[in-house]
Amino acid sequence: MKIIATDRNGKTTEIEGNDGWTVMEALRDAGLPITAECGGACACATCHVYVEEGWLEKLPKQRDEEVDMLDMAVAVQDNSRLSCQIVCSDETDGIQVTLAPE
Amino acid sequence: MSEQQDTSGPIETDVVIIGAGPAGLFAVFELGLLDLKCHLIDILDRPGGQCTELYPEKPIYDIPALPIVTGQELVDRLMEQIAPFKPGFHFGEMANALQRQADGRWKLITDTGKEFLAPVIVIAAGGGSFVPKRPPIPGIEAYEGTSVFYAVRKMDQFRGRDILIAGGGDSALDWTLNLAPIAKSLTLVHHRDGFRAAQHSVNQMRELVDAGKVKFHVASVKALHGNNGQLEAVTLQGADKSEWRHDTNAFLPFFGLTMKLGPIAEFGLNLHENLIPVDTAKFETSTPGLFAIGDINTYAGKLKLILSAFHEAALVSQAAFRIARPNEKLRFQYTTSSSNLQKKLGVA
Ligand SMILES: Cc1cc2nc3c(=O)[nH]c(=O)nc-3n(C[C@H](O)[C@H](O)[C@H](O)COP(=O)(O)OP(=O)(O)OC[C@H]3O[C@@H](n4cnc5c(N)ncnc54)[C@H](O)[C@@H]3O)c2cc1C
Ligand code: FES
Repeated sequence: MKIIATDRNGKTTEIEGNDGWTVMEALRDAGLPITAECGGACACATCHVYVEEGWLEKLPKQRDEEVDMLDMAVAVQDNSRLSCQIVCSDETDGIQVTLAPE
Repeated sequence: MSEQQDTSGPIETDVVIIGAGPAGLFAVFELGLLDLKCHLIDILDRPGGQCTELYPEKPIYDIPALPIVTGQELVDRLMEQIAPFKPGFHFGEMANALQRQADGRWKLITDTGKEFLAPVIVIAAGGGSFVPKRPPIPGIEAYEGTSVFYAVRKMDQFRGRDILIAGGGDSALDWTLNLAPIAKSLTLVHHRDGFRAAQHSVNQMRELVDAGKVKFHVASVKALHGNNGQLEAVTLQGADKSEWRHDTNAFLPFFGLTMKLGPIAEFGLNLHENLIPVDTAKFETSTPGLFAIGDINTYAGKLKLILSAFHEAALVSQAAFRIARPNEKLRFQYTTSSSNLQKKLGVA
């Protein structure tokens, strides 16, 4: 399953996500500069991404834990998500995300 | 907490450990069994590193013989286990510079100017030192320390100022409540009308808002305006994307902490992607007498686990002993059966 990822310099790459793994893991394993300090435990907010047009609605609703943790992210927007909380599936195939500034 | 606060001269000890996470704490135990005295330095104000800073309440399931233990409990138990060795703790200090002395020892200097002399340094710095997250607002660096603050050290500094606080966690709310009575005005901004902070603080904040003593906006800070490090105003952007100017001369963003390698990058060590390569027999770096254990090191097969950090601490102490006590023989003993070790632990 594909993820279209744009880094902080505006460079876009297409990377592969594993079914059932998270978008954060795909970004990290592809070598994109995502800090993901807590390794996906929803405890650091350093895996913050912006989800591009049209994709937000297709994702399962955020858990309260993620909404709370986003309070610790900088530059939060309406389309902010923690990428460790987005699981790759058929529904997310082709999802477009942009790394948020740090 | 440090047992030796004498600032008249350097603190002389066997081992200085940079970082009081699980790796640094357990190293005190292993080094202590070999009679090596330790001092620990950590920029945080308490022990535990990631375990207490990032996940105090979360359960850990892969500590041998502890089927379940929370981050905080693990640290509490480590503190209990190392207590007999009476390590020196130096919290709220950054290990800043390291120099080799003519006598072969290391001089380590912290950001408060405290100096240590020791034959062995153990770097147990994890993912780096915890530093505040800086919001990506252009030019913010120019105001840091004069008008932009990531922590409150002296409350009086904020008396009579027009304070702007950003964030939705406990620090943002606690400082809103604490600074409101002494501020000329206080405004809190957050990206949503909901807060991760403790409910009772949120309730108190809302009471202050209702009483007209604090202003709250769902907004974020987009730009800073001022001169020579003196902030005069910010541009705020609301949920509807409208922007307005807001006068303030003290801006406090509270978005928690993140780990940055920090001064260790300047220690002259070989680094590999911000990690310190070590050998797996002694966990020594490319510089003799300088060791690295826990998340900060790298070697073939490395796993960033607490379990690995413990193992590394045991081996590092053997190597440290040979450097700190070159004329003594290292004796391998079990804690179960050695009355000598049990005496050190205060159980025999
Ligand atoms: C959410 C989460 C869940 C985890 N779950 C597990 C798990 O289930 N099992 C497991 O084994 N591991 C787990 N880990 C990983 C584990 O926490 C780390 O492997 C462990 O904390 C590493 O310990 P450490 O002592 O090497 O470093 P850290 O815990 O990172 O501590 C390093 C300390 O050094 C300090 N420091 C660094 N540089 C300086 C300096 N220059 N001056 C002063 N102080 C400095 C830092 O402030 C910090 O306190 C988890 C981690 C996270 C974030
Ligand atoms: S990796 Fe830490 S919150 Fe996602």
